[in-house]
Amino acid sequence: MTVIQEFEKHPLAKYLRLERFPHIWCEGCGDGIILNCFVKALDDLGVNMDKLVVVSGIGCMGRVAGYIKCDSFHTTHGRPIALATGIKLANPKLTIAVISGDGDLFAIGGNHFIHAARRNVDMTVICSNNFNYGMTGGQVGPTTPLNSYTTTTPYGNIEHPFNLVHLTAAAGAVYVARWTALHVKRLTESIKKALQKKGFKFIEVISPCPEIYGRRNKLGKSIDIMKRYRQISEIRHGYDPAKAEITREKIIVGEFIDIEKPTYGELLQKQFLKIQKKMIGG
Amino acid sequence: MEIRIGGFGGQGIIRTGLILATASCVYGDKNAIQTASYGPESRGGRCRSEVIISDEDIDFPKVEHPDILVAMSEEAYLQYVDDLKENGILIVDPDLVPNQRENLEVRMYEVPATKIAEGLGKKIVANVVMIGAFAAITNLLGVEDLKESIRRNVPKAFMKLNLTAFEKGYEYGKSLLKS
Amino acid sequence: MTVHREVLTGKHLMQGDVACAEGAIAAGCRFFAGYPITPATEIAERMARRMIEVDGMFVQMEDELASMAAIIGASWAGAKAMTATSGPGFSLMQENIGLAVMTETPCVVVNIMRGAPSTGQPTEGAQQDVMQSKWGSHGDYEIIALAPASVQEMFDLTIECFNFAETYRAPTFLLADGFTGHLWERVVIPPPEEIKTVERKKPVVPPDKYLPFKPDEDLVPPMACFGEGYSVHVTGLTHDELGYPKTTDPKIQRELVNRLCQKIRKNSDRIIRTYEFMLEDAEVAVVAYGIPSRSSLSAVKMARKAGIKAGLLRLITVWPFPEKKVEELSNNVKAIVVPEMNCGQVVREVERVAKETPVHFLSKIGGEPHSPSEIFEVIRRAAKT
Repeated sequence: MTVIQEFEKHPLAKYLRLERFPHIWCEGCGDGIILNCFVKALDDLGVNMDKLVVVSGIGCMGRVAGYIKCDSFHTTHGRPIALATGIKLANPKLTIAVISGDGDLFAIGGNHFIHAARRNVDMTVICSNNFNYGMTGGQVGPTTPLNSYTTTTPYGNIEHPFNLVHLTAAAGAVYVARWTALHVKRLTESIKKALQKKGFKFIEVISPCPEIYGRRNKLGKSIDIMKRYRQISEIRHGYDPAKAEITREKIIVGEFIDIEKPTYGELLQKQFLKIQKKMIGG
Repeated sequence: MEIRIGGFGGQGIIRTGLILATASCVYGDKNAIQTASYGPESRGGRCRSEVIISDEDIDFPKVEHPDILVAMSEEAYLQYVDDLKENGILIVDPDLVPNQRENLEVRMYEVPATKIAEGLGKKIVANVVMIGAFAAITNLLGVEDLKESIRRNVPKAFMKLNLTAFEKGYEYGKSLLKS
Repeated sequence: MTVHREVLTGKHLMQGDVACAEGAIAAGCRFFAGYPITPATEIAERMARRMIEVDGMFVQMEDELASMAAIIGASWAGAKAMTATSGPGFSLMQENIGLAVMTETPCVVVNIMRGAPSTGQPTEGAQQDVMQSKWGSHGDYEIIALAPASVQEMFDLTIECFNFAETYRAPTFLLADGFTGHLWERVVIPPPEEIKTVERKKPVVPPDKYLPFKPDEDLVPPMACFGEGYSVHVTGLTHDELGYPKTTDPKIQRELVNRLCQKIRKNSDRIIRTYEFMLEDAEVAVVAYGIPSRSSLSAVKMARKAGIKAGLLRLITVWPFPEKKVEELSNNVKAIVVPEMNCGQVVREVERVAKETPVHFLSKIGGEPHSPSEIFEVIRRAAKT
């Protein structure tokens, strides 16, 4: 039996482009776990795959768009959210998931991220946060902790990192959660919740990068990193995202924001009906 | 026929050009072009509108030496009066251009458009008074075409006022021709 | 009651930018994303008011990077999509213009060119981005660019841009200058049934047989859009006919890049539009595009009056460059005059194909178009040599 035939027996295989496997991710990487949780959520919800579009940018996590069997767009670096905005507004019937990395979404793509959140465009954004640019060999990124080592911070990082959940909440997202790659069940539930909710939804996933970031910062193998997640993560639903920082001693996880707010599409539809009525009336 | 209208932002200089051009090429059967230039200020800066009206196709769309100059500010008057063709028509609002040059080789008409507009209760329609006077003095465009154009170019609520302003200007222009 | 709002049939005095917006709507554009910038802002403003009336979508994005990305997304969601900008914004769009080329996304980009480099002259017209529109994004590629010279053409050629974009699945540019963008002139909008519009080719095979990037004979692949059940994967990486990344296979890169160029080059006879005036017996030919072509027309008439056999070749299509046309012309005339509102861009192409025929370049920068007498003077000098 070939590897592909072996894969085909997996209950979630139908959601994947099997001919694209094996994937490019390193052993112990969290990105495969995120993909797994995402397709599990699709399966649980019975999502219509013909109406789902997965959009990603550039980076390790960016390759995910090519692995899921639905319409998918692997965009230029940093632009998945801007492109996804175009897709969603042009065809509101589509369900949009943007899955990408911390560098793609928050460095080069930071401006698009905050503005899509502000507009409350209906999409689910999942960020694999591995604290560095893994694909290009481990450079400093917008979430790299102070004093960490990367190839472009050989003497230790002197930039303060973003707290992504705080940033996203401030920008206006209706749903903000953080999990680690260890929390597969909770992450899956969180993705399900986000996919069913309307508006701009954000899930940060703290993800191990044992081969690149982990090695340079002596974090051990993936299993060691996962063990550490178990020791230091603390579930605090409803916690103030401003205080939900990530330190060496503690990772606060949970659902921080879950509110209702009219989406861009809903407000537009309201305006549209008003204008149409006025036009027909006079 | 090349026309230049000069004044300052907020006087409706560009709208004046558009009303003339619309009358020529939408309601009349001539070709017309309108170009404008203005400073970065929204109000009060220099402002210029140029209109070319022709029975032929208009190739080069810029005014170099106008046949008609309408000056609604002293700055515009001083800047443009020398560009005017010899024996061209110069229409000036004398209250806005107190210091005028002498011995110009032009046909000159003074139309106190701002004062007439103030008499109607709204200084803002001075440009439409000027259009009325322009129509009478130049006889270049159809009066009905101009009125249609004004109807299309001004807000509904001010239509009556603007048409009155046009009439007042037209009468004033006619009276200048008689004298 | 049905209200006809898509095509404003009739006679109007319209600004160039507004005519462009109306042309887009008449062509079927139902998605506009943009960012305000002088002298193109009026297009966005018109679209903001009009899109909702025609059940279309207007969105003001956070910058031009996003605007370009959004129209690519919208196009894949099935909409005819457009953005409009000027120099600084056009520079920001270059990244995703490359993405549109690589992913074969039909879309229209309007550039109302202003004085540059950098912030330059926001309110003044120029033709300084002609080479940028051809070469601005990294890599080898071909695009289509049309240059209107009147407000009527701002309407007509915007429709043509959409038709080319849909036919060849390539970003298509309307390259106008700030002068034409802000010009008010008469536009005659025909009834909708007289406006020819083109829709992108759709696949005729079921999803399991569909290869999203396998071209037909015209080198253009049929396009399945998102939500139509074809599970299309789109990437800016070098990809095979299935759309999957194949970044280290030289053959795939070679074939893909060549096809992206060839689908425009091989169809250039269908894309190239020119206008000729008094060229039959001309000894001096002016080659011009955009607003200087109008000054040139006056100049040619002046020359004829002065007994000089002058003529005009106006390039309506600037890219792909009308090589054959200019080459033929160079064989029939003594000299060519090229007026441009830049320091010399299209003149390089003219020189390349004109070979032995002397080419006189007339640069005009600062914001004003050439006056007819300036061009006439050069025609006169060229006729003497």
